[in-house]
Amino acid sequence: MQKDTSTSAPSTTSGRIRHRKRSNEVIPEVSKANGTQLLVNDKSKYKSMLIRAYSSVWMIGGFVLIIYMGHLYITAMVVVIQIFMARELFNLLRRAHEDRQLPGFRLLNWHFFFTAMLFVYGRILSQRLVNTVTSDMVLYRLVSSLIKYHTVICYSLYIAGFMWFILTLKKKMYKYQFGQYAWTHMILIVVFGQSSFTVASIFEGIFWFLLPATLIVINDIAAYIFGFFFGKTPLIKLSPKKTWEGFIGASVTTIISAFLLADIMGHSQWLTCPRKDLSTGWLHCDPGPLFKPESYSLLGWTPHWFPWKEVSILPVQWHALCLGLFASIIAPFGGFFASGFKRAFKIKDFGDSIPGHGGITDRMDCQMVMAVFAYIYHQSFVVQHSLSVEMILDQILINLSFNEQEALYGRLGEILQQGIPGKF
Amino acid sequence: MRDIHTDHSCNSPRTPNFRQRRRSNEIPAEINKSNGNFLLVDDKFKYRSMWIRAYSSMWMLASVSLIVYLGHLYIWAMVVIIQIFMASELFNLLIRATQDRRLPKFKLLNWHFFFTAMLFVYGRILSKQLVNTVTSDKFLFRLVCNLIKYQMVICYFLYIAGFVWFILSLKKRYYKYQFGQYAWTHMILIVVFTQSAFTVANIFEGIFWFLFPASLIAINDVGAYFFGFYFGRTPLIKLSPKKTWEGFIGASVATMIAAFTFANFLARFQWLTCPRKDLSTGWLQCDPDPIFKPEYIPLPGLISHWLPWKEIAVLPVQWHALWMGLFASIIAPFGGFFASGFKRAFKIKDFGDSIPGHGGFTDRMDCQMVMAVFVYIYHQSFVVAEDYSVETLLDQIMRNLGSEEQLALYAKLGQILQERRL
Repeated sequence: MQKDTSTSAPSTTSGRIRHRKRSNEVIPEVSKANGTQLLVNDKSKYKSMLIRAYSSVWMIGGFVLIIYMGHLYITAMVVVIQIFMARELFNLLRRAHEDRQLPGFRLLNWHFFFTAMLFVYGRILSQRLVNTVTSDMVLYRLVSSLIKYHTVICYSLYIAGFMWFILTLKKKMYKYQFGQYAWTHMILIVVFGQSSFTVASIFEGIFWFLLPATLIVINDIAAYIFGFFFGKTPLIKLSPKKTWEGFIGASVTTIISAFLLADIMGHSQWLTCPRKDLSTGWLHCDPGPLFKPESYSLLGWTPHWFPWKEVSILPVQWHALCLGLFASIIAPFGGFFASGFKRAFKIKDFGDSIPGHGGITDRMDCQMVMAVFAYIYHQSFVVQHSLSVEMILDQILINLSFNEQEALYGRLGEILQQGIPGKF
Repeated sequence: MRDIHTDHSCNSPRTPNFRQRRRSNEIPAEINKSNGNFLLVDDKFKYRSMWIRAYSSMWMLASVSLIVYLGHLYIWAMVVIIQIFMASELFNLLIRATQDRRLPKFKLLNWHFFFTAMLFVYGRILSKQLVNTVTSDKFLFRLVCNLIKYQMVICYFLYIAGFVWFILSLKKRYYKYQFGQYAWTHMILIVVFTQSAFTVANIFEGIFWFLFPASLIAINDVGAYFFGFYFGRTPLIKLSPKKTWEGFIGASVATMIAAFTFANFLARFQWLTCPRKDLSTGWLQCDPDPIFKPEYIPLPGLISHWLPWKEIAVLPVQWHALWMGLFASIIAPFGGFFASGFKRAFKIKDFGDSIPGHGGFTDRMDCQMVMAVFVYIYHQSFVVAEDYSVETLLDQIMRNLGSEEQLALYAKLGQILQERRL
């Protein structure tokens, strides 16, 4: 938004040659003049609001379409977003002068990216990949052995990249190269950490991906609108346009919409069923106790004329309240982190792919924190499974052939039948 | 490997360089240039420095042997202590005295993240062992089970608390410095904890899988040092000017031979080959894994004429040992090169000075770190995986799962197999 007002404030070019290098840099004098201007007082705010609204509509539209198409397409979308984020972040701390003397150094970044992609998605999708290729014998054996040695393959790729890095260290560029190496690792960890959790959530049921993402969007939009109309008290020095009124209004809105949205989404089987393989067809499943409505009688709580005597609530709505609470209170810190980061390195936006919003990383900063929380919450409080059962089940499915698995199943059945007569 | 520049400092002329007076740890630039091409063979003071190194090495060897004798829990404690020292050394590298005076809380934040990482890593690795230790006391058992169940959430919230604390402590002119510190803290913790996590996992699989690779790295180091001492002529890599091709190749051959024979020697001890299922410290008895049982290979006719033995006993683990020896001699030294490059990039002489003649803990552990990760991955992929058969898995199910869990497994397996049959 500072681009629009730059013509109004006097920009003294007091010998700051650095400005002309990157069009992305915040001009400090304008920043000082407008730094404390809240959105309420900004005159050209309506124009910028329309630009933001326009891009938002397109993003939401595209998003809804992909949700309709299914798990595999959502994963593809996540992967594409990831590639764009990684590219934006890789380009941030590049220095053209040093890069000219290090041919092939950029390629190393993408090598590590590919290794991370193979590692992360290999782990998450391994079981489902196996389930998809059960028809063809040759393909099944190939895929099974790939999965069995998956860790070794990724490790070897990483070590190859590590050795390549060491062999390309050039005498006066050590510090730059080590800095880039560390930076690459941090980027890949941040980007892949959260996207791996996102994809894992997707295959547990689109609900566990869609609800948190929607809550962040609602929180963002509500904070914008409340700040637009009521914002007076600044919230934090890092993001001068955020206000306490926006924050509190958005929190209340988010928690209420979490409760209601969970109800709406919980009734759709497309959203609540987990996906066991990589197919794209329709899904049917037993929704599980979490998505079956429970009735609570309102008789003692409301007066006589109230038309509804009881209200049905899905148990998942209580979980949604926790998600909403996190989305409104803690997820914004992801945004503050990104703002602080941009100030520290004097950049305005991570990129400029989306008009009015900045780059893709600007949109995803809060989503990343939320995605990790949603997955961890899901694994700890929603799913009722035992770690050891999962581990042994994994071992059985990965290491034994189909016939051996059947044999194991038969023998296990016999043993259990002997041990617990009558329970079978 | 430590540079021997300090011994030569009285010989070469020094021009005033103000940065030198800040840290005693910095390499004076001129000395580097004049001595950069000095190989160990031509070094006059080499015998004296060799005695210092040998003396510290003896002490290190003795203490490691003692701790191995004491057992898994003590080795784990030793790994944790080494980790704390390494993290301290590396955190201290980040501190720039003037700026940190105005940001006193950063040290505390670093240790908060360290504690969170410790809880997360060891919670995951030792959860099974911990559960097996407290099976006697009902209350403690339930407490531990709940802690393990919610371990990820607890660690996540600790991390988020640190994250929020970091953001709230951002101070106007120090943004770049603070973000840099945050990133380096993460990198340090990842490097230190990944390798120690895998080391501890190896230990509880059997001390052999910790002791043997560590010995190989030590043998490789010592071998490279001695071959370079007597024969070194051709420099190996610009990053470490004292390393030579003769040392490298000699050490590789020595390491491979030592791997084959030493594995045979170590595998005879049940203390080293048995896995530890809980956190006790007593004696271990177990049925040795088939990998440690000798196989008899008949010698071909030609050789058996000359030697009295008709066949030789080879433990299958010795073939695995050859692969580990190969990795230890060819790839693990890159860990040392990485550390050398890092020190040059940031103009530091050593990571610390805890060990006389060797530098700090990180200097000793650089190659060990790469090796520990490799051994864990190798073990999981090629050693353990071969064991899987219907019998062994059935055995695992009967031993490790309770009756309810067995039923749950049976039901789930049935479901999956049914879907596959269709």
